[in-house]
Amino acid sequence: MKTILSGLAAVGLVFSAAVATAAEEGGHSAAEPTHFPILKPQEMDWSFAGPFGTYDKGQLQRGFKVYREVCSACHSMNLVAFRTLEGLGYSEAQVRAIAAEYTVTDGPNADGEMFERPALPSDHFPSPFPNEAAAAASNGGAAPPDFSLIAKARAVERGFPTFVFDVFTQYAESGPDYIHALLTGYEMEPPEGMEIAEGTYYNPYFIAGKSLAMAQPISDGQVTYEDGSPETIDQYSRDVSAFLMWAAEPHLEDRKKTGFRVMIFLLIFAGLVYLTKRKVWTEVAH
Amino acid sequence: MAGGHSTYTPSSGIGRWVDKRLPLPRLVYDSFVAYPVPRNLNYAYTFGGILSIMLVVQILTGVVLAMHYAASTELAFASVEKIMRDVNSGWLLRYMHANGASFFFIAVYIHIFRGLYYGSYKAPRELLWILGCIIYLLMMATAFMGYVLPWGQMSFWGATVITGFFTAIPLVGEWIQQLLLGGFAVDNPTLNRFYSLHYLLPFMIAGVVVLHVWALHVTGQTNPTGIEVKSKTDTVAFTPYATIKDGFAMVVFLAVYAYFVFYIPNFLGHPDNYTIANSLKTPAHIVPEWYFLPFYAILRAITFNIGPIDSKLGGVLAMFGAIAVLFVVPWLDTSKVRSAVYRPWYKLFFWLFVINALFLGWLGSRPAEGWYIPAMQLSTLYYFGFFIIIMPLLGLIETPRRLPNSITEAVLAKTRGGATVTPEGAAAAPEKRA
Repeated sequence: MKTILSGLAAVGLVFSAAVATAAEEGGHSAAEPTHFPILKPQEMDWSFAGPFGTYDKGQLQRGFKVYREVCSACHSMNLVAFRTLEGLGYSEAQVRAIAAEYTVTDGPNADGEMFERPALPSDHFPSPFPNEAAAAASNGGAAPPDFSLIAKARAVERGFPTFVFDVFTQYAESGPDYIHALLTGYEMEPPEGMEIAEGTYYNPYFIAGKSLAMAQPISDGQVTYEDGSPETIDQYSRDVSAFLMWAAEPHLEDRKKTGFRVMIFLLIFAGLVYLTKRKVWTEVAH
Repeated sequence: MAGGHSTYTPSSGIGRWVDKRLPLPRLVYDSFVAYPVPRNLNYAYTFGGILSIMLVVQILTGVVLAMHYAASTELAFASVEKIMRDVNSGWLLRYMHANGASFFFIAVYIHIFRGLYYGSYKAPRELLWILGCIIYLLMMATAFMGYVLPWGQMSFWGATVITGFFTAIPLVGEWIQQLLLGGFAVDNPTLNRFYSLHYLLPFMIAGVVVLHVWALHVTGQTNPTGIEVKSKTDTVAFTPYATIKDGFAMVVFLAVYAYFVFYIPNFLGHPDNYTIANSLKTPAHIVPEWYFLPFYAILRAITFNIGPIDSKLGGVLAMFGAIAVLFVVPWLDTSKVRSAVYRPWYKLFFWLFVINALFLGWLGSRPAEGWYIPAMQLSTLYYFGFFIIIMPLLGLIETPRRLPNSITEAVLAKTRGGATVTPEGAAAAPEKRA
């Protein structure tokens, strides 16, 4: 038995050594990377992170402004209704006014005609393009993704063992971290010798390749902030990432608040059940 | 139900009236109050109860979700988002249901490992074990179909890959695949039939659970010593002893579950499933849900042809074989000793098996390239080797440790021994406490 085991152990050692060498050989050159993103996004401080996280309404409003003035030219957000903008701290009247700035197609009317009218709070954000084919045609063949869920639909793999620690640190902000990294990553220069396909733009944070079809979408000073926040790419990126997180998970605050009550209840309940259990079993050796 | 005669005595007139006509209260009393359980059951034995709670959670949340869900390729994705955004507490229901599936599997894996460790499958509990394997299979089918319903990218591509397995079967493969899909590719008919079956299968699970519990109550529970109950001192009454212990374990389990639901609800999911299904855009890496990953690794470990069996069919056979082998475990284990506690070598190989299974799961999430492939192959080899070689062989060559004569003797030896060598923080001789 012992010989069998030591034999197995030897095989295991040889194998792991072989694996280690193979893994080293798998290393890639800087000019021709094979795994994306080239750089992992930086972890930012988000107000909505952690067990007591809440959205910063000022930041959401700024992020919404960035979305409205920049992103919405190409990116739809068709699962989000105007009425939900009250979650950003706007009053009902303000939401009505914001919605009215958009035009939606309605109908058919009594004459059988489709017609255009100002949007109501009950409408969803209208798409910038009449259909997906049109969106693709105006953007070099690939339709820009919808933004309703983008903050939950993008996440850079964390790898072992980080993903285990994430359970305990409650890291759930890989979406906004990714968006922020991508938006601020255009400034970087590609390493020497790297070929960038024509019509695409190098970005080491892009999740699916070394470059993407979207050019740098925003630059310093492009959007005016009324609350005195810095008008920099970094600030714009933080704000719009936070806004997109809200768009993807509008009930986040409610979820965490409810969660705290549920956890407190379950922990106290567990304590009481444990004490009862101990009492019941006192007389019984087990 | 457990052999002995019933001790139920209705205390009221109505009770006696009902008892003469439909002795349901007697059945419940005999099964969940007076039912004798071994006194030495540890917390590994609480997962059966936890699993029944999870089944109820899944059915209840699922029934309400079904009221808001639309099983159509045009509507499904948006209807799920409507649940998340507009339905009252819809986000809670959906996160409970999605994470509930994961926690159902966490519990079932611990439950299965418990069975393997303590030899719970051995005679006379073979049917009990096989019924459990059937429940596990039904769970896998239910979970797979449920994952398709939100109609995200991973729903679509996961369904495409998994139904594609069937085409590997010679002669009838294509036909089976088309029957599953209701067409030539995953589309609206697929979504509709998966929805129908996803609603049906949990009730079939509930049915098999009844058989599983029935079989359990006929043979009685095993226990960490693996020795059968011999006298009355070996057991305690189900209520209050097992009920309160199960209850405590359930609350702790629910707390961990709630932690995921409320704080990291998307941790166990795949981000691609928040993108609507697109048949023209294949995701970079198609991966199933985490609880299928070990089998996914086994599937992809077979990269070579074996005689007339090509690598594709070989992979599918290995994958299904990995589940099928569980059914014959009662006959693969030749050891006369039930519990790993008294089997030093089996204990070692068992824990290697657990580590190997976790490693296979991790490998399942990796692309089939580079050193991952030989690692998958080696891991797969150990997975099957454990069942087909180690289990039968070890029973013949291993010298087990001396078994105690009875559960009572084992328990008393442990508490007495515990008084002399008390591990730090352990409550020695709890019976002496005031």
